[in-house]
Amino acid sequence: MLGNLTLEAVQQGPIVLGAQIFIILGALAVIGLITYFKRWTWLWKEWLTSLDAKKIGVMYIVVAVIMLVRGSVDAVMMRAQQALAVGDATGYLDPHHFQQIFTAHGVIMIFFVAMPLMFGFMNLIIPLQIGTRDLAFPFLNSMSFWLFVAGAALAMISLVVGEFAATGWLAYPPLSELAFSPGTGVDYYIWSIQISGIGSLLSAINFIVTILKKRCPGMTLMRMPIYPWTVLASMTLVVAAFPILTATLGLLFLDRFFGMHFFTSSFGGNMMMYVNLIWAWGHPEVYILILPVFGAFSELVPVFSQKRLFGYASMVGATTVIMILSFIVWLHHFFTMGAGGNVNAFFGIMTMIIAIPTGVKIFNWLFTMFRGRIRFTAAMYWFLGFVGTFTLGGMTGVLLSVPPADFQLHNSLFLVAHFHNMVIGGVVFGNFAALSYWFPKVFGFRLNERLGRYAFWNWFVGFLLAFVPLYILGFMGATRRLDHYPAGLGWHPLFIVAAIGVVFIGIGLVLLLAQVFVSIWKRNELRDKTGDPWNGRTLEWSVPSPAPFYNFARIPVVSGRDPFFEAKQRGRSVFPDEPYQDIELPKNTGIGLLIGAGSFVFGFALVWHIIWLVILSAIFLFGCVVARSFATDIEYVVPAEELARLEGAPVT
Amino acid sequence: MHRAFARWFWAGMNRYLFIIILAFIAVVVTTMFLLGGDKLILLQPHGTVAASELHLISIALRLMLIVIIPVFLITALVTWRYRESNTKARYLPNWEHNNLDEFIWWLVPIAIISVLAVITWKATHTLDPYEPLPATSAPMTVEVVSLDWKWLFIYPAQGIATINYLEIPERTPIFFKLSSDAPMNAFFIPQLGSMEMTMPGMTTQLNLMADDPGTYIGMSSNFSGEGFAGMQFPVHVVSWDDFDTWVAGIKAGVKTGASTPLTFDLYEEIAKPSLNEPATFYTLADINLYTDIVNQFMAPGGSMGGMHTGTSN
Repeated sequence: MLGNLTLEAVQQGPIVLGAQIFIILGALAVIGLITYFKRWTWLWKEWLTSLDAKKIGVMYIVVAVIMLVRGSVDAVMMRAQQALAVGDATGYLDPHHFQQIFTAHGVIMIFFVAMPLMFGFMNLIIPLQIGTRDLAFPFLNSMSFWLFVAGAALAMISLVVGEFAATGWLAYPPLSELAFSPGTGVDYYIWSIQISGIGSLLSAINFIVTILKKRCPGMTLMRMPIYPWTVLASMTLVVAAFPILTATLGLLFLDRFFGMHFFTSSFGGNMMMYVNLIWAWGHPEVYILILPVFGAFSELVPVFSQKRLFGYASMVGATTVIMILSFIVWLHHFFTMGAGGNVNAFFGIMTMIIAIPTGVKIFNWLFTMFRGRIRFTAAMYWFLGFVGTFTLGGMTGVLLSVPPADFQLHNSLFLVAHFHNMVIGGVVFGNFAALSYWFPKVFGFRLNERLGRYAFWNWFVGFLLAFVPLYILGFMGATRRLDHYPAGLGWHPLFIVAAIGVVFIGIGLVLLLAQVFVSIWKRNELRDKTGDPWNGRTLEWSVPSPAPFYNFARIPVVSGRDPFFEAKQRGRSVFPDEPYQDIELPKNTGIGLLIGAGSFVFGFALVWHIIWLVILSAIFLFGCVVARSFATDIEYVVPAEELARLEGAPVT
Repeated sequence: MHRAFARWFWAGMNRYLFIIILAFIAVVVTTMFLLGGDKLILLQPHGTVAASELHLISIALRLMLIVIIPVFLITALVTWRYRESNTKARYLPNWEHNNLDEFIWWLVPIAIISVLAVITWKATHTLDPYEPLPATSAPMTVEVVSLDWKWLFIYPAQGIATINYLEIPERTPIFFKLSSDAPMNAFFIPQLGSMEMTMPGMTTQLNLMADDPGTYIGMSSNFSGEGFAGMQFPVHVVSWDDFDTWVAGIKAGVKTGASTPLTFDLYEEIAKPSLNEPATFYTLADINLYTDIVNQFMAPGGSMGGMHTGTSN
């Protein structure tokens, strides 16, 4: 009846019990609070069923922050273990538990933190920046979001029922095959990624179509702000790369569920195929995450330097070059797998070539600041921190791209330090800068600048303390993923320093959350009354903060880059002087949420081999899609008079 | 009251920030003293390959510093000079393009990467792990199998085998044939040179040569499951005389009283998952043992095909 699911699945010792209790109590507390404040109807009508991209964006970011806290707890546990488990000491975690933690940390931070932060900001800003009321496919957007939530929920539930993969975040076979990982961990891994991955793919199609088809009149591609450009490049990569991921994990699932042999040691399976395929997705993935961040920086650096972006065409060119190159470098993740000199040298050189357009971007930002008037807002702190750390990470990255250097440094803590340098210094700092910059547009009040700066300094110092020791450890021969290590190698003091660094990052995270709460508390002092708190340049600042649900009462018409800034200088408006017209907006629907819930049940049933439930949820999912396909009453009209009333203007 | 609290709070925060930045500097300086250099084993190569790789790393780093240092300097200078409060600095709000400038910062990185690319192309070929090393003496072959969770070293010419213990003669090229009868691992002796992955049913190759006698650390550098952390082994580099004595000792069973012959049956026992195995020594009963281990995945459906019993959990 319940497949492989037995009571043993939830009994896993004291540390996990603590986490289980924490998760269950947390969920109960949230449910209790919503009930106490009688917010269920509000939540359902205003948020969960909304097809408004701005609300979906906020929900993406809220879930991402929850998952960021979870992933950070994993990081603290890892650092604590490695600071303790030296010599005869084995630390407080058994190897299997430690291995689940580092796997979960990687999977959660990439799929359930970095990805949703990216999609969140895209939802919030892209329609406003290109001057449209909504995405091309609003329902698809809601469905993508709920598929992502289903994936994240599966990763979380694995902590309560069963286990997570203990294979490393890319689950190389044969370790991830049934012979070596007989538990449910890898199945949770597969299905949490598969379900959210389909959501990512659908979102990418949605944003590509939106950017290509829904730009406002006058906004040619070369007048588009850099942020939509980078999103376009990033989403093109998603469309090209995510099907590879889905197919690869699909094959791994066939191996595990039906006893097939795509990647096993025996019967002609070949694990090297998996390693190639997963990195053919995995390398573009890091550019998928970083490109939109480059875009966000290209928006906020000109605004806070009070100057035009330097080298717009170079920026677009560099973005495109990075997009193309990112697809021909994947082999640098396994120079040590025995490919010959020609192959290794080719991929090494392709990899170092990426440093060129990336370097150009850095120079263009620096020359945007050059002869500007720089305002040191929290967003600029994050940007300057990014320049420092990302440049350092770029240098170590180019070093690793030299194959014989990689033969000494691959899979060492030097490598771990390198990619955290790129992900924390790049993706994380970038998203925090974007949060600080765009927050007022979303919520109508600014964030407390001072707490933002304090959060930054903790993150920055914490980052250096946590990862510079790892660079050094790499030169001491320390490999990654060790649950304990011998004494006498000189590693221990550095692991302790790294653990101290994580404490500072933790304080930084707390300060960042405090920044949000303090700003909510002091929102009246921080209120953005003009809709343009930073003297912005692009269209999102031309509407009030928070942006009205219809984004633009009249669709703007632009005739250059930085349209809003130009209009302000000439004392004009970006909106055409014409009467309001009736507008159509998508109606709320709960089907996206139902599809997410159904996918969660589908994934859970496959993990535990509950066949009847697999069939039932598949039929349910099919039914939802059919029902939505035949729905006709999906839009509502905001009449011109209503629009005029909302805009506070007389009907002309 | 509220004002006073706020003032006290922010002053405390400022002091806290000041302290963490000071602490950071203190930690960095202390770490540098603590290290003293002798633990940074990648900087102390004892093998031909490792020495070449260290040389390459240092060239690459120096080349990159040509760009990195100016970037840091420009960032600091620009940030300081063009701060909003400095009204003396030139302000050109509409300056957005300059062909020459942009040409320069496309060109400089291209030039540096071009130089690095040429170096990389050459070095990747000369340091290809599959390339035999230029040496006067003939190479000695060691066959390596990663198991759950230990290393098996087979010396076919000497007719011996060891677990978690590697002894090799100095200044002799060693030809490692690498395979696995477990998940993937990577065979790595940092002070001798390159690492290389080990995979079931396949042989990868690695050529290394130790320059000086000594004991170095060897390890797996690719995560392989529960006992991965215990997959470390000592590497003893000795003179040829000592090496011959060591081989003869194992054959005579000096350490255990009698020699233990390693057959495929015994191998299957050894291959079962186990943690933190001590160094163990065998004579080689089956000269084709390594080939049999690699080929066991090749016979479809036969007794050696399918899921190898020795490695299922």
